[in-house]
Amino acid sequence: MNSIPARGTAAAAEAGLVRARKSRVAERFLPLLMVLPSLAAIAIFVYGFIAWTGYVSLSDWNTLVKNLSFAGLQNYAFLFQDFRFQADLRNTIFFTVLFIAATMAIGIFLAMMVDQKIRAESFFRNVFIFPMALSFVVTGVVWQWMLNPSTGVNLILKAIGIANVPQWYTSTDIVPKLPLGQIDFGLPVALIAVVIATVWQQSGFAMAMYLAGLRGISEDLREAARVDGAGEAQIFFKVILPQLKPVTVSLVIILAHISLKIFDLVYAMTGPGSAFVTDVPGVYMFETTFRGNHYGQGAAIAIIMLLLVSLLIIPYLYKSLRKEE
Amino acid sequence: MATSRISRTLLYALLALLALLYLMPVYVMVVTSLKGLGEITLDRMWALPSHPDFSGYREAFGKLAPNLANSLLLAIPATLLSALFGSMNGYVLSKWQFRGSNTLFALMLFGMFIPYQSILIPLIQFLQTIHLYNSIPGLILVHVVYGLPICTLIFRNFYAGIPDEVLEAAKIDGTGFFGIYRHVILPLSISGFVVVAIWEFTSVWNEFLFAVTLTTSSQQPIMVALQNLSGSQVVQWNVQMAGALLAALPTLIVYMFLGKYFVRGLLAGSIKG
Repeated sequence: MNSIPARGTAAAAEAGLVRARKSRVAERFLPLLMVLPSLAAIAIFVYGFIAWTGYVSLSDWNTLVKNLSFAGLQNYAFLFQDFRFQADLRNTIFFTVLFIAATMAIGIFLAMMVDQKIRAESFFRNVFIFPMALSFVVTGVVWQWMLNPSTGVNLILKAIGIANVPQWYTSTDIVPKLPLGQIDFGLPVALIAVVIATVWQQSGFAMAMYLAGLRGISEDLREAARVDGAGEAQIFFKVILPQLKPVTVSLVIILAHISLKIFDLVYAMTGPGSAFVTDVPGVYMFETTFRGNHYGQGAAIAIIMLLLVSLLIIPYLYKSLRKEE
Repeated sequence: MATSRISRTLLYALLALLALLYLMPVYVMVVTSLKGLGEITLDRMWALPSHPDFSGYREAFGKLAPNLANSLLLAIPATLLSALFGSMNGYVLSKWQFRGSNTLFALMLFGMFIPYQSILIPLIQFLQTIHLYNSIPGLILVHVVYGLPICTLIFRNFYAGIPDEVLEAAKIDGTGFFGIYRHVILPLSISGFVVVAIWEFTSVWNEFLFAVTLTTSSQQPIMVALQNLSGSQVVQWNVQMAGALLAALPTLIVYMFLGKYFVRGLLAGSIKG
């Protein structure tokens, strides 16, 4: 860096040097100053508030009247033997697995099709992605009608000759229904309806991610495999899929964290469902805290959700930012 | 040649079928919202209305207009402020890294993944204390703060693409920290601002959890009002669908015209961009 004028007197040069030095000291603090408001806000609103929620989760505050006396792990102990929370954990497991598997499979399938140098590519891309621009609440409202057993999709199924139409989110079946703790363990059939709505909304995101990944794979690589006599299926599994692994890893983590946090869609579409077949921790937290005034229990649910999300996100953040350096 | 033509035809047939499947809910929304009271029976969901009837829209708009206004008053300032802060943070964290800045960035990014349930109880108490509970300014504050990580991330990645030489040249000319931001970085940031603005506007407009817990009745944004409308037993089905379309319209319009930028925001959320 050279802000000293080449010509001019020694004094002027001196003055310039001092100014440069001063501004260099200032420059060191200016960047910090610029990000300070944001950092302070994050420190308070994210970390401070999480700590506060953690504290509430250990308190006795389960009525409208605030009572922060220490109650140890009482709220957590309550939850883990609670029928509704056990159902939520079961639902979260099945929802997460089905939602991720379907979204990724459909996402990569759509991406492969759109990547075939087709005509009207942008039209098809837009059709598959636009649900991402919608609110979960809108999706919930619409799919509630689409999968209403007495209308919507079932009318089409009946028209093509299927007499035994699914009961969708009104079903109370659990397959295979293994008694476990307070609940029956298995896939609540009603959840499939919620999975369909969520996949409809999120598969465009998976497609966009995979499409970006596919565009990064050089044609030469595929050509080389073809020359070696590989079939299209072999090329897909042996060449393309391994190249897309980073995309797949990112997707699994992002989709899993969406699934662990899901609230609005379920709340708008089905609510907890009968015997909590479509309940999720997000809905339980909301209802028990803000409808039931069980702040301690609500905070405990929130902390459990946070821990689950952190298990995924912290290693992911660590790795992504490491790679950058 | 023949087989490839057959497979091309199959490909297009499959794509068309899938496109129809994805558009099905939109079709149902549109046709139902245009039906009159007499025509909204469960067994005729897929049928076109005999004539377009706007009574559903009239009623939905009558009920939702104040909430649509609330959402505009919320989303526009929240978007502008988030973008401004995101841009400043992104500038520092990409071009003026200091010791520990990467760690601070990581700590900040964590904030965009947390379930907001885990900060909700203190947040409500905090907003009550500063008298911003149940107010649009309160919601703006909340969205700006929790929008910081994603806006910062997008701008940081965006500015990383501006070569350091451009900044060096400005420094040699004697331009300082703020000058470079104002005269070099900002003029290059337009598409960054478009991406962030579209992303934030869409997120804030569509958000539900903060909206439903931090506001009541007259202050409620559109998504809470829509949820109340659809949860109500007395509201007809055509009104619900008209309401859902009205609520979705602003983000859909943005998507239609600026979809490319929306997708960029979408991909930026996966950190790598």
